[in-house]
Amino acid sequence: MTEPAAHPAARTSGGGYIGAPIPRREDARLLTGRGTFVDDLEMPGVAHAAMVRSPHAHARVRRIGTAAALALPGVLAVVTAADIADIQKPWPARMPSPVPGTLVRHGARHTLPPDKVRHAGEVVAAVVAESRALAEDACDLVTVDYDVLPVVASPAAALAPGAALVYEELGDNIAAHIVQRVGQPERAFAAADHTLRETFRVMRGGSHSMEGRGVVARYDQALDAFTVWDATQAPHAIRAMLAYLFDLPDHRVRVIAPPDIGGGLGPKASFYPEEALVCWLARRLRRPVKWIEDRLEHFVSAGQEREQVHTVEIAFSRDGTLLALRDVFTHDIGMYGALVAPVITACTVPGPYRIPNIHSELRAVYTNLPPTSAVRGAGRPQGVLVMERMMDRMAEALGLDAAEVRTRNLIPADAFPYPVGLWFRDGAPLTYDSGNYPELLRQALARADYAQARREQAGLRAQGRYRGIGVAICVEGVGLGPFEGAILRLDRRGRVVVTSGAPPQGQGYQTTFAQIAADAVGVRYEDVDVVTGDTDAIPYGVGSFASRVTANAGPAILEAGGVLREKILAVAAHLLEAAPADLEIVGAAVRVRGLPDRGVPLAQVAHLGNAGVAFGMIMPGGLPVGLEASAYFTPSQAGYSASAHVCILDVDPDTGEVAIVRYVVGHDCGNVINPLIVEGQILGGVAHGLSNALYEEAFYDEEGQNLARSFLDYPLPSAREMPRVEMFHLTTPSPINPLGVKGAGEAGTLPVPAAVAGAVEDALRPLGVRVTRLPLNPARISDLIHGA
Amino acid sequence: MTEARDIALTVNGQPRRARVEVRTTLVDLLRDTFRLTGTHVGCEHGVCGACTVLVDGEAVRGCLLLAVQAEGRRVETVEGLAPDPAHLNALQAEFVRHHGVQCGFCTGGILMSLTAALRDNPRPREPEIRDTLAGHLCRCTGYQGMVDAVLALVASGAPAPGPDAGSAP
Ligand code: FES
Ligand code: FES
Repeated sequence: MTEPAAHPAARTSGGGYIGAPIPRREDARLLTGRGTFVDDLEMPGVAHAAMVRSPHAHARVRRIGTAAALALPGVLAVVTAADIADIQKPWPARMPSPVPGTLVRHGARHTLPPDKVRHAGEVVAAVVAESRALAEDACDLVTVDYDVLPVVASPAAALAPGAALVYEELGDNIAAHIVQRVGQPERAFAAADHTLRETFRVMRGGSHSMEGRGVVARYDQALDAFTVWDATQAPHAIRAMLAYLFDLPDHRVRVIAPPDIGGGLGPKASFYPEEALVCWLARRLRRPVKWIEDRLEHFVSAGQEREQVHTVEIAFSRDGTLLALRDVFTHDIGMYGALVAPVITACTVPGPYRIPNIHSELRAVYTNLPPTSAVRGAGRPQGVLVMERMMDRMAEALGLDAAEVRTRNLIPADAFPYPVGLWFRDGAPLTYDSGNYPELLRQALARADYAQARREQAGLRAQGRYRGIGVAICVEGVGLGPFEGAILRLDRRGRVVVTSGAPPQGQGYQTTFAQIAADAVGVRYEDVDVVTGDTDAIPYGVGSFASRVTANAGPAILEAGGVLREKILAVAAHLLEAAPADLEIVGAAVRVRGLPDRGVPLAQVAHLGNAGVAFGMIMPGGLPVGLEASAYFTPSQAGYSASAHVCILDVDPDTGEVAIVRYVVGHDCGNVINPLIVEGQILGGVAHGLSNALYEEAFYDEEGQNLARSFLDYPLPSAREMPRVEMFHLTTPSPINPLGVKGAGEAGTLPVPAAVAGAVEDALRPLGVRVTRLPLNPARISDLIHGA
Repeated sequence: MTEARDIALTVNGQPRRARVEVRTTLVDLLRDTFRLTGTHVGCEHGVCGACTVLVDGEAVRGCLLLAVQAEGRRVETVEGLAPDPAHLNALQAEFVRHHGVQCGFCTGGILMSLTAALRDNPRPREPEIRDTLAGHLCRCTGYQGMVDAVLALVASGAPAPGPDAGSAP
């Protein structure tokens, strides 16, 4: 997409674009209604799909009657599991255990359930019609006979003796059991001055990107090839799944994430039955077929993160030094899901603290609830909550200040790289690359006028008012590999075109990638175009999740840009009859240094480098042909960002309502490519975290029915509920990649539930309230007050 | 269920006609028939505000109004705010400066609500801006950039969005 900025972009004082707060080039089209989301694509002859979904959470499918639906005028096809036998292969396992020697078990899932449904909302048939409304009418005419089976609607139910089995072949409902140990925790617990133990129930929720999932597929019979436009976070992974199911080579499945995707936040990184069905139907009908998820479908079928129950114990000495941690938890993985979130939870718990002895034990459990995925934060907010709640309890037990107890246990600034002793989700040891946690916390407390806030709190408490202060600090594994790539080329117009695999969902890659490429090649920001998310434009890619793209694609762009620059200078040197070392790129031309009138436009360099002097001629000797360069960057391990949040709030004991007085965020994600965009990411993350802390809660009854299936029953915060967030940055560059960047996409979310929970418990301390469960909506706070 | 009617209305100052099923919503008419795809559908149950357009100058949920109810009315959509992406109005330009957009899915509806509110009250203060935005859900931004954009617009003294093109003089 070519959208040159109207004005030259700002540069940093060093003359580069990396680090400059350049307004995004994406914005103008989005602000004028000219964005291109998947449902906006012009697709002549498109037919519309709608899904028939199971009302039962666990049931055998006996018979599906399609005749009445097929008889409706305008209905083109109704398909069930029996019809799509050619693609009914078991889906491949999603993730091996990152921890050597631990147990992970995958139940076999299919595009349409061949025998039984495993969650309410699972697709059992698809209908295609001339309009979406007609397709939905026809869904109502499809009759499905079910034999309803007993339901396991929580990990507790799923682990009970004699529980119904989500996957019979596994023999029980355990999806994973992962134990990790550091030091000698039993001995440390036995010898410690003090121990504390608590159980926490932590809910996350759905992603609720404002745009749901959506996919349009076209099949070309002559080429036996699919083109699939998909609002996905991971087009190459979708290609791999489709190629596997349809038994096609990769090059006959082109997956394109449209230029605009209305948020992703985790679930759009997974593969879903609808993606396979739409392709199958497009091939069958020889027409493009489109399916757009509606909000109800998002509630019952898109990936979500559900409840974890942690029983956590800490051992510590009289002076407030942590000696050992034991965290045993269950994670509800639903009927299908990756282990990403719970494995990350386990690794996030120890956080910024020195803990010499750790026992971490995770049981992921299959239930008859919708599939799970990562949701912005991906298991991390739960881990932070668990640890930070225990730090608050330790402070209380010792009569120490909550900030002081933390300060005493932080990993010192000179201890990096710091090995925690666990294994991270990427299969590498959990080793923090860089950071300065004491300074981050110190600055956050200073910004929040912490000492003064404590004095005010004492004054208010004396008047019978409930002011609380919560402090949370955390470390976030980001920038996960294995890789991301970039292809840079100089096109016919003399513009640099950057192609990379991972597609954005609002993170502004068209801007940040152009900043990096401009600096790497030495051209103007305005002269760079960016293409993302097209599997035919770059052969390999991983995707946008795990706050990983800048730390993977960024260094790839940097490296490829350096190679492209050399090629450009070599060709220009021939044209200018000068040595490459004497050349510089100025504006849209290559010039001989010190001789301003000896230059050649980049377009002319491209003409020679890409097309030759003329057809039939021989390239001048030794010149590089094809002004393009590709690079794949593969980090040796994840990087580790850090955040410190301070939340000051008042609780109204009569209504149970929380009013946030101040919210301070300190953040360190290493070097920053574009501060405007990083701050936006953090603000959005804080909003998501506050939503988890105060509002969002999914309710499932014992039959596995989701009882909150609209924004009326499942509130998200609006601008009225959001406090003004005060933010500052600390920069400890990462040594893992040449840009020194880490990741920021999820950071804002992580410490918020912990900071809010700490502040609410602190506010209600005179009443002896214990906060062990989120969200802290008015009803729950009232219950806490009355139960205290 | 599929009864159809002819309707005539004004969209962004242009007279338009269409034949629609009675059950078609206004947002579907705008998106599917008129191909004005800047108005989005985020929930279809009147909460998220992504579908907000102006009807006779008032912000309404395009997913809750039937197309036939727009018969004879003046409809304004986000596409009517600027002639093209290179010529943003003052409010849109502040959204760029203050990073009020991330994925952009909620943005069209939000701009329309703000446009209507600023016509009524060109100098809102922060709580009033937040009240206007409270009719919308945005999952990306935390709203702070949008609030700052409107505050900057007010501080700049730039003329607020004027009455819509189709209104009587
Ligand atoms: S789509 Fe109309 S309010 Fe959400
Ligand atoms: S910018 Fe993505 S929902 Fe608002």
